[in-house]
Amino acid sequence: MTMFQKNIQELAAGLTAGEYSSEELTRHFLERIEKYDSQLNSVITLTAEAALADARAADQRRKDGQSTPLTGIPYLHKDIFCTQGVRTSCGSRMLDNFEAPYNATVTQKLKDAGAVMLGKTNMDEFAMGSSNETSFYGPVKNPWDQARVPGGSSGGSAAAVAARLAPLSTGTDTGGSIRQPAALCGITGIKPTYGRVSRYGMIAFASSLDQAGAFATSAADAAQLLEIMSGFDERDSTSIDRPVESYSDFLANDLSGLKIGLPREFFSEGLDAGVGAAVEAATDELKKLGAEIKQISLPNSGLAVPAYYVVAPAECSSNLSRMDGVRFGYRCEDPKDLEDLYVRSRGEGFGAEVKRRIMIGTYALSAGYYDAYYLKAQQVRRLIRDDFAAAFQDVDIILGPTAPGTAFKLGEKSDDPVSMYLSDIYTIAVNLAGLPGMSVPCGIVDGLPAGLQLIGNYFDEGRLLNVAHQYQQVSDWHQQIPAGFA
Amino acid sequence: MSLDKEAVGKIAHLARLGVDADEYETYTRNLSDILSFVEQLNAVDTSGVEPMAHPMDASQRLRPDQVSESDQRDQFQRIAPKVEAGLYLVPKVIE
Repeated sequence: MTMFQKNIQELAAGLTAGEYSSEELTRHFLERIEKYDSQLNSVITLTAEAALADARAADQRRKDGQSTPLTGIPYLHKDIFCTQGVRTSCGSRMLDNFEAPYNATVTQKLKDAGAVMLGKTNMDEFAMGSSNETSFYGPVKNPWDQARVPGGSSGGSAAAVAARLAPLSTGTDTGGSIRQPAALCGITGIKPTYGRVSRYGMIAFASSLDQAGAFATSAADAAQLLEIMSGFDERDSTSIDRPVESYSDFLANDLSGLKIGLPREFFSEGLDAGVGAAVEAATDELKKLGAEIKQISLPNSGLAVPAYYVVAPAECSSNLSRMDGVRFGYRCEDPKDLEDLYVRSRGEGFGAEVKRRIMIGTYALSAGYYDAYYLKAQQVRRLIRDDFAAAFQDVDIILGPTAPGTAFKLGEKSDDPVSMYLSDIYTIAVNLAGLPGMSVPCGIVDGLPAGLQLIGNYFDEGRLLNVAHQYQQVSDWHQQIPAGFA
Repeated sequence: MSLDKEAVGKIAHLARLGVDADEYETYTRNLSDILSFVEQLNAVDTSGVEPMAHPMDASQRLRPDQVSESDQRDQFQRIAPKVEAGLYLVPKVIE
């Protein structure tokens, strides 16, 4: 078995036993990126030299007996996390020239753990998109079928791990941006509870929804990465001051007696029959492992997408006002006055989807419309959260599909924003409620991966990872590697 | 809700966002579609429902009013489009 086929535990064991050094491991993945990424476009900035230097430092650290489970393990970092001295573009022309002057908390935690950053991954511009087609650096291709999208917004991070260009990657999820690409690329992705991972230095899209998380090829690997990323941070005003559990300790727990709820709204019209069948087959496997299945209802979940498309644009229009061509980022040529400087820098620096969302948000927040849009959406948001709270009185976790279908074709939805927005129909409610959610591969439908979504109660990441891990002990969908990358 | 080109122009101005003349038609159609889509919220009875700002109803954390960050002006200005003598430069505002 070559290095790219091993899990994190095996890689760490290999490093400890001296079978290979972190420098060799890092070169192995850098070579895979060199060889394959021209097909996928998953990486915006490769940091090969810094990675090799970090790998050598990790090798030394391991020799000194100072290692953590991720010391010397390579990973790819979504280009939304500030990385000191490295371009942090957020997929936008606006930040194409932006070298972050400081590290995001997540970047720093991974650095402190000795993880080796190989580079920064492609993404939808400012994380706004569900297909990775809005990136200034061009679309990412799905490794299962290069005519199809990898999902978004963390499309580069998902495609790269699916093609085994890195064993781990980071992502962010505002409305499904970790879970949906994980599903479309056939890998494991987890978005923890809102406030679990620090947002400091993570370029803001919609601050009341944004949350960072992890991609890996298995739940066990994702648990290791998430544990390092998580924790209280006084620099993030919405960070939750609560100790981080050792997620790996939950993995082996027995599932007997676990109550799983299936929301009927997630299995209605609009769900692809093949994906639905794959999710049902996975449910049967969990039943065999001792879980009890219950039908539940989330009556307001149909309102999640419209509520989201008020809340998220409103918050983005406010957050992105900092991109003004004055202190950092893109500035237009020869501005004739201050107004012209703002208008042209922003007009030329932002792409179409970002402009659409800024305009929707500006409209929703403008004088006379605030109550009708933002306030109303925040009220609906409470109804959505209360549905989940009621459901969790009866069940331990909620299960359904991650996305309504498998990966769609490049260009298929790019001219129709509303149809694109509906590809996040099952993931968005989870962000509005601030709950943890994950996606686990559960089948191959016509050659494309299908994803199973697990939703937990607040801070129940350990249980989600436990259920996913137990499912992965009796299934091998997560071990499938797309043809051409094995 | 259907917007016209004039309304889109007003929104773009409020957002200080340059929109090319030939893009107006597409934005007008897209934004109208999105607003019509979100208007299904109007059918929901939310009387008496408190708007939700934070999923766990957490409130803003306070800290002692002490200086906690050091001056990093030079580092921050290194990435600015135009600076002079420690100041950010923009086109002349006052004649």
